[in-house]
Amino acid sequence: MATKVVERKPLSLAERSYLPQIVSGLRVTMKNMFKPPVTLEYPDERPDIPPGYRGVPTLVKDPDGREKCVSCQLCEFVCPPKAIRIIPGEIPEDAETAHVEKAPEEFEINMLRCIYCGLCQEVCPEEAIFLQDIFSVTGTSREELVFKKDKLYALGGTLPDSHFKWEKKKSAELTGNPHH
Amino acid sequence: MVTDTLGLVMKAFIVIGAVMTMAGYAVLLERKVAARVQGRPGPNRTQIPILGSIPVIGTFLTRLGVFQPAADGLKFLFKEDPLPGHVNKFYYVLAPMVAFIPAMLTMTVLPFGAVTDPVTGATSPIVLADLDIGILFILAVSSLGVYGIILGGWSSNSKYPFLGGVRASAQMISYEIALGLSILPVFLWFGGTLNLFNVVEGQSQVWTALVQPVSALIFLIALFAETNRLPFDMPESETDLVAGYNTEYGAFKFGLFFVGEYTHIIIGSGVFVVLFLGGWTLPFITLPAGMVGAVLSVLIFLAKVFCIVFFFMWVRWTLPRFRYDQVMNLGWNKLLPLAIGNLVFYAIVIAVIEQLN
Ligand code: SF4
Ligand code: SF4
Repeated sequence: MATKVVERKPLSLAERSYLPQIVSGLRVTMKNMFKPPVTLEYPDERPDIPPGYRGVPTLVKDPDGREKCVSCQLCEFVCPPKAIRIIPGEIPEDAETAHVEKAPEEFEINMLRCIYCGLCQEVCPEEAIFLQDIFSVTGTSREELVFKKDKLYALGGTLPDSHFKWEKKKSAELTGNPHH
Repeated sequence: MVTDTLGLVMKAFIVIGAVMTMAGYAVLLERKVAARVQGRPGPNRTQIPILGSIPVIGTFLTRLGVFQPAADGLKFLFKEDPLPGHVNKFYYVLAPMVAFIPAMLTMTVLPFGAVTDPVTGATSPIVLADLDIGILFILAVSSLGVYGIILGGWSSNSKYPFLGGVRASAQMISYEIALGLSILPVFLWFGGTLNLFNVVEGQSQVWTALVQPVSALIFLIALFAETNRLPFDMPESETDLVAGYNTEYGAFKFGLFFVGEYTHIIIGSGVFVVLFLGGWTLPFITLPAGMVGAVLSVLIFLAKVFCIVFFFMWVRWTLPRFRYDQVMNLGWNKLLPLAIGNLVFYAIVIAVIEQLN
């Protein structure tokens, strides 16, 4: 095996006295002292959350204010730690969105169980549940950390919708289209 | 007579108060410098109720961390003061005092300004006790401080403090010699006086550090070792000895060690300024006589001390700690011969100069 012997030059007197190195080190730290601090002063300043971040799962409404969840319970079944509990409910006949038929009567996510895996978001056929940018969840009791439906909607807010599938369906029913 | 004593006591209290405050703010400076070097803002939250809520100034002071030393000091005072069961109680309690008192004592003989009588034109030092052997007193008393560390280390009856204490004693002995030898040429230079005031007055034209750079360098390095500052903080070396000699200490006793350490740094910087940086004098500038000149001289002195203290902190956050054997090697094999050579060299130079005159 070829061995390469690296030649080690003996240190010069200046190098052995450490002093030039110390001076250059001092120069580096002095330069650092004039740079702005990199600290993010957390509660006052918030970090930028990158897109695709998996924060707290939340329920969202579509731009018309309709709750998108149809309580199909797919998320409940897929959720690995069984953090979601849904009680499905009917949408009353006289409502404007009666043709959607179902909406959750109660929707709970237990934040103490949730592992932020994002499977619920992935499985939802209605794009109704999203893991958004909320990253700090606190509470003073276990009950408080089981988020109920209104809290989930409050956290989720409204997201833009690119399909409006239920509107399309309704207009197709009324006016007819090739698929109906 | 009584008024004399009273005046002296007043003066002593003022000086002690000033140095203690400076020690507190040295801690703040240390934290700020550390933070700045590491890209952090440093302490910037502590507030005092009314003062801190003045719109612009209050916020500014808070961001500067001006109120932090008060909070730190109060914390030391009010924390529970534990007395571990396995220690030697007498020496354990004694140690912080032994570390603290010498640090305070040394400042009695350190002149920190000069007042010129407007009538007679005679200059006298502003000092608590103008000893003719001032520097000997400082060297003798400040080296007592290490007994606090050794006592603390040994009486704690636990392995890390013990190692810290052993290291402190070895390091102290090694660097004390270089320290002493490095300042001898300075006193030779000023005609054999040991009075610090005369040394400073002798530097009104040119600082000793320029005439004797090697002495200044050795003294500075030895000073780092004597005050247990990085890169020589062997007794504490928190990466290998937890907290070294003060591992078993908490609350007020730790506070005493802590303040003692910073007082040591301030006094050490003061001695360095007096010996090598011209004390309260500025080259080519003559201070006015009377009160104004006295105040100015003290301010100049403090500014210089501040620079040296800052240098201490700056070095601390730049250099890593030496290995223990390197410290010993540097002390005995490098600094000591260098100091002796330096002394011999200047002795010859001074003798030659005297012959020529
Ligand atoms: S959130 Fe989505 S997956 Fe879950 S029940 Fe509602 S519609 Fe179904
Ligand atoms: S993120 Fe994962 S664990 Fe949390 S509710 Fe959704 S599926 Fe369940």
